[in-house]
Parts: sequence; structure tokens; C-alpha cells
Amino acid sequence: MKTIKRLVLASLLLIAWADISFAVQPDEILPDPALEARARVLSRELRCMVCQNQSIDDSDAPLARDLRILVRERLTAGDNDRQVIDFLVARYGEFVLLKPRLAWHTAVLWAAPVVLLLIGTVVLLRLARGRTPVAAATAAGSLTPAEEARLKEVIDGSPRP
Amino acid sequence: MIAELGHYALVLALGLALVQAVIPIWGARVRDPSLMAVAMPTAVAQFVFVAIAFGALTACYVSSDFSVLNVAENSHSAMPTLYKYTSVWGNHEGSMLLWVLILTFYGALVAILGRNLPASLKATVLSVQAWIATAFFLFILLTSNPFLRLADAPMEGRDLNPILQDIGLAVHPPMLYLGYVGCSITFSFAAAALIEGRIDPAWARWVRPWTLGAWMFLTGGIAMGSYWAYYELGWGGWWFWDPVENASFMPWLASTALLHSALVMEKRDALKVWTILLAVVAFSLSLIGTFLVRSGVLTSVHTFANDPMRGVFILAILVLFIGGGLGLFAWRGAMLKQGGLFAPISREGALVLNNLFLTTGCATVFVGTLYPLLLEAATGGKISVGAPFFNNTFGPLMAPVLIAMPFGPLLAWKRGDLLGVAQRLVAAFAVSAIAVAATFAFEGAKPVLAPFAVGVAVFVMAGAVTDLVERTGLFRVPFDTALRRAAGLPRSNWGTAFAHFGIGVTLLGIVGETGWSAEKIVTLKPGEVVSIRQYDLAFEGLVPREGPNYRELTARFTVRRGNDVLAVLEPSKRSFPVREMTTTEAALLTRGFSQLYLSLGDQNADGSIAIRLYHKPLVLLIWLGALVMVMGGALSLSDRRLRVGAPKPARSAAVLQPAE
Repeated sequence: MKTIKRLVLASLLLIAWADISFAVQPDEILPDPALEARARVLSRELRCMVCQNQSIDDSDAPLARDLRILVRERLTAGDNDRQVIDFLVARYGEFVLLKPRLAWHTAVLWAAPVVLLLIGTVVLLRLARGRTPVAAATAAGSLTPAEEARLKEVIDGSPRP
Repeated sequence: MIAELGHYALVLALGLALVQAVIPIWGARVRDPSLMAVAMPTAVAQFVFVAIAFGALTACYVSSDFSVLNVAENSHSAMPTLYKYTSVWGNHEGSMLLWVLILTFYGALVAILGRNLPASLKATVLSVQAWIATAFFLFILLTSNPFLRLADAPMEGRDLNPILQDIGLAVHPPMLYLGYVGCSITFSFAAAALIEGRIDPAWARWVRPWTLGAWMFLTGGIAMGSYWAYYELGWGGWWFWDPVENASFMPWLASTALLHSALVMEKRDALKVWTILLAVVAFSLSLIGTFLVRSGVLTSVHTFANDPMRGVFILAILVLFIGGGLGLFAWRGAMLKQGGLFAPISREGALVLNNLFLTTGCATVFVGTLYPLLLEAATGGKISVGAPFFNNTFGPLMAPVLIAMPFGPLLAWKRGDLLGVAQRLVAAFAVSAIAVAATFAFEGAKPVLAPFAVGVAVFVMAGAVTDLVERTGLFRVPFDTALRRAAGLPRSNWGTAFAHFGIGVTLLGIVGETGWSAEKIVTLKPGEVVSIRQYDLAFEGLVPREGPNYRELTARFTVRRGNDVLAVLEPSKRSFPVREMTTTEAALLTRGFSQLYLSLGDQNADGSIAIRLYHKPLVLLIWLGALVMVMGGALSLSDRRLRVGAPKPARSAAVLQPAE
């Protein structure tokens, strides 16, 4: 069903842009392989904003093509990767980034995996301390106070007169 | 007439569900066997009536009855017969009907197969099932009725979405739904255990086959969907971390965790509360998977408002069942007694570790999928969370699980010996080290992590084999003894080994595809040749063709390696006049586990055409691994203890037998 939904959406997009083609076009590719490789890496982290969750590297939409060309223009003009990203964010907002920036409003997002793992680990460690066979046997509550006292007497080796 | 019959049958099923929702559980409370027994016939009859409704809709589709709105919108008389059947669930209303068909089928199965269940547990489980069914029947009848008629029937239907006109639609949604809905049974069992306040290993033994079944279908369904997207969408991607994909992946992660924790509960009577919680969570995620996707809320908050009635209904069902399930858990969960102590280094400990990472991974996917939505609702800011986020968070979370996986099955219950296990895994370490070295030697360190990932994949596979070798004593005892032991090994041991081996296979496929894929994007004129790796593809020319309900333009390519002609590839572009849509049909050439992938782009005026060509090493292993996992599930499902039910010592049973 996931695929159906995506396909339905993808096909809706195709209706909107009846001119079907596919992602990166032969005429877009830069002559410099190193620069082109950088462009490809960058494209994979940029969102085609009219698509559902597709990178501009994968998308057929004309907007994605415009963005791919824009990225290549900036790279050819000598921008570094950071500058290209900044340029696009300034123009289109953070929505264009498939990998959200680490900032206050994304702190919860990026912290979630680490924090959840830590919480889980701490809970497990606390449970484990109280639940190993030895710990459980000596845990309070397994003996009544009277039994504790009697046990103490036995251990201390001072039998009741 | 047939549509009305289906509609009527669905209303009757709702009536039966209402009866089943109240009377059996009431009977369980007042301990009245005759009230509890009501659940059995209602569950079976519910399935019969839903089957009639489903059959009626199918009949409308097959006979192309365009006076039914649903058929007119999603079918066409010229469509191949197979797609007339599959388009029944290739749309919202029909897929909901498929959902309840599977739900009531499972309910009937529990009613029929559950003879050895305690009567009150069975009655409560079936009542909870009926609650779910009631909600879905109401949802279908009130907001998504597939049987609505059109006053003026059109002469021709609007055709099924061309991308869905594929064999994938016949397999993928039903499998995924069998998985999603299978989680509802474990949910019902969990809710019943909470309502009754009692849970024991026999409960886990009953729940395990359902979880296993659901897990198998989810695994198969997800893999199938992934392969479908791979060959149909035309750019060779097989996983996109799309919200819709995540919606099916989260229940898979949760049920994988549940499968492992239920094992601890069954064998050692520990982790009860946690297992119950996981059962509730797995079904909640299935509901979210079914619904949030349907409501469109994942795309944007705004699409939610397109159909307010449906949206609000969906939200109500989610709140009712997820909130209700978790609320019930919070209220009654503490009543369940914990048992079964174990040391941190033990089989149980390993399974707990598995659960920690799987649930954290699941939560990460959940947060990543819903975060943009929440942020937009809270602050209005729009961000995207896409593949790079999930690769950077979920990936590292799974690494420890994969490395620890071979250790788990080799550890003893209660108190294990890590060093001893490591010694038994020496051969697996060695094999994996050789794999790393060989990969470096042959492929170089171009993606620098890839050889190590190959090592992990090989380690996982070798670990699964080590498990079997250890259990059968192969290489230590005479061969025929080992063979006899292998035959006598519980099927669930084989299942574990297969499933773990399958994970390794899938991982190897993923590493091969992502690490060493080659790509060529070029424009070719007829007669020109393009080369990728050791293959040469000659473009012979374009051939127009006529399909039943589409026109297609096929490009012929001859694939050569050296002087040998390997195959002729015919990728095509199909245009469907009814919907004015075009699809790309990629052509695939399988060589071993690797594939050549060729899809067409735009045609130019001078007769040249743009093509996209990939060589994807080991890509088939991604799905073959899933197949091996499903086989593992099937082996485990056929285990004696699941077929026979809770084992009872024969002698004491005979002694306790009442005189009849």
C-alpha cells in the first residue's frame, strides 16, 4: 500500500507534468567528472519541493531539473558545497534540505535516537541491578524483619542464649 | 443488484460485529458459557458476510459494471482480466474492504482454531476483534462505501492508474494487509490479557504463531513493494525512506521486537509487561500505517482537510484504539507479575538488547516520519526529513544489532558465557575477515566502509551457520550422527538460523548495490553502443507496439559481453490514453545476483533517445534475503510446539483425566 500511495502521488505529478522524462538528463551532466560527482552528492540531499519526498536527483519534475542545473551552475562558478546549500536555503527555505540542519527547532529530531537509546539503557541497567539472581535473592522484602534479625544473629555467630 | 447485495452483506456484518463486541465479553465477566459461546458463530458468519461483500465488489469489477461509482473510477473494460481483479483493492474504498475481509478471516480462524484456549480468554479476544471490526465497518459504510451507484452510468470507466497495472498490485497490498491485520490478533490477545489481568507462557505460545505469521507477511509484503518500486519507477531505487514506506517498516520493526520478546516470555516467563506493550504498539503502528497514509496527512497537514469527514473518522479510530490500548496498559499492566530472573549476559539479555535497539530504531523512524508534521503544526515552519537523516540515524542503530546477532542464539538461557560463545564463533570471525580482505583486494577501498559492511554481512551469515553446526555437532561427531541431530533439531532453531542468515543476505545486497553500482546517462542514436562494466549495449532502434489499453514505444538493445550476445533488452514507454499518462517500463537483465537495469527517457526529433543504464551488483540479494527470512518464519511456524500447543506431560494428563 505504501507503494500504491506513492505511485498514485507520483502519477498525479506526472499528470501535472505530462512531459515524462527521468531524473538527471544527459545534457545536464558537467564535463568535469569531479564536479559532477559533487553535484550528484549534493542533489541527493536536496528535496524536489513539488514532489513527495523525492530528492532532485531522483525526480522527473521540471523544478527538480531547474534545481539540478542551478546546483551545477553554482559549482561551476566555484562555490563550495556549503555555499551551494546556503544559497538554496536562502532562496527556498529549509524545506529544500532532506537532511535537516542541526538547530534548536530540529534538536528534538536529531537528539531523539541518542536520548531514547540512553533512556532505554538506563532503565535496563536499573532493572538488571534489581533482577540478577543474586540481587533478587538478597532484595529487601524477600525476608520478614524477624527473619532478617534471625539471619543476622546466625551470621554474626552469636546464638541466642 | 449485486452491488446492493454486497452493501447489504456489509451492513449485516456490522450487526454481527456489534453483537460479538458486547455479548461474549459480558459472558466472560459473568462466567456464562452460553454467552461466551456466541462469539464462535458470529465470528464465522461475519467472515462469510464480508466475503460476500468482497465477492460482490469483485463481480462488479470483473463484469465492468460502471454504474458503480468505484468501478467507474478505477476500471476500464479493455483492461486485462487480472487487473480487473486487482483493481478491486487498487483504490481507497476497495482496499478498506480487503482490510476487513482479512480481519474477519483471522477472527474466524481464532474462533475455529482456538478450541484449546481458555473459554473466557477466547471470548474476550473475539470481542476485542469485534470492536476493531465495528470501527472499520462503520468507517467503510459511512465514509468510504465502495457500493455507491451512479445515477447516469458512463459508457466507459476511467481506468486504473497505469502505474498500478502491474502484477505487483496482485501481491503487494494483500500481503502487506495480511501482515498489518495479523498484528490486530496479537493486539486483541494483549488487550484480553490486560482485561483478564492474567498472562502466562501459554498465552505467549498462542500469540507467537500469529506474530510470526504477521511478521512473515510484512517481510514479504515490504520486500515485494520494494522490488515493485525498483522496476516500475524507472530510476532503480529500492528504498526511499518515504513516509509511506516507513509506515510499513515501523510495524515490521515492532513485530520483529515482539517476536523476540515473546520468545523470552514463552521460555522463561519474563518480559511480560514489555511483550504486552509491544503487542499494543505493533498494532498501533499498523493502524497508523493503514490510515495516515490513506488520509494524506503525511504529505501535508493541509491535505487532511480535503475530506474532513474521513479525516476526522480516521483520527477518532486512531485515538480510540491506540489511546485505549495504551490506557488499558497503563491501568492494568502493573497487575501482571514479572517472573524469570536472568543475568545480563544470557540469551534473555541478548534478546533484551535486540529489543532495545529495534525499538529505538522504530522510534527513530517514527520521530523522523512525523517530525515535519508536528513542527508545522506547532510553529508553522516547514522542514523535510528524508533519506540522509534516516541513513545517518537508523543505520548506526542497527550496526550493534547485526554484530550481536550471531552471539544471541549461541548464548545459554539464564546465564551465558560470552567468551565461550566468542570462541565458538572464531570460524565465523575468520570467514568474515577473509571477506573484508578479499573485498579490499578486488574492489579497493573506494567506498571505504563498504568492505567492512561486507564483513558484517558475512559474519551474520556465518554466525547463523555456526549456530546450526554447534547444535548438530557437525565436524565434532560422525557425520551421520550430526545428520540425525539435524533432523531432530526443533524447527524453530532452523527458523532462527534461516531468518538471521536472510538478514545477512539482504545486508550483502544492500552493500553491493549502494557501494558498487555503476551508472550511465546518455543519449543514443540507433546503431550506437554504450558500455557499462564489462557489458556493451547496442541500440538497434525503436519499435512502436499496441497493448490492450495502451500504446508503447519499445527500444531494442542487444547486450554483448565480448563477442557473446547475452540478451536483447526491450525497455519501453507506455502511454495510456484514458488517463493521459505515461509509464516507463525498465528492462532488466539478471546475471547471477546482479542486474543490468535500463530505462528510457525522452525521445528527440533526430531519432535519438535518452537512456539511463545501471549495473547493480548483488542487488537481487536484497529481496532474496527477505525470502530467506520468510522461509525462516515458515520453518519456525511449523515447529512442533506451536502446532501441538502447550505441552502437557502425558502421564500426569492421564492421571488427571476425569472419569467420563
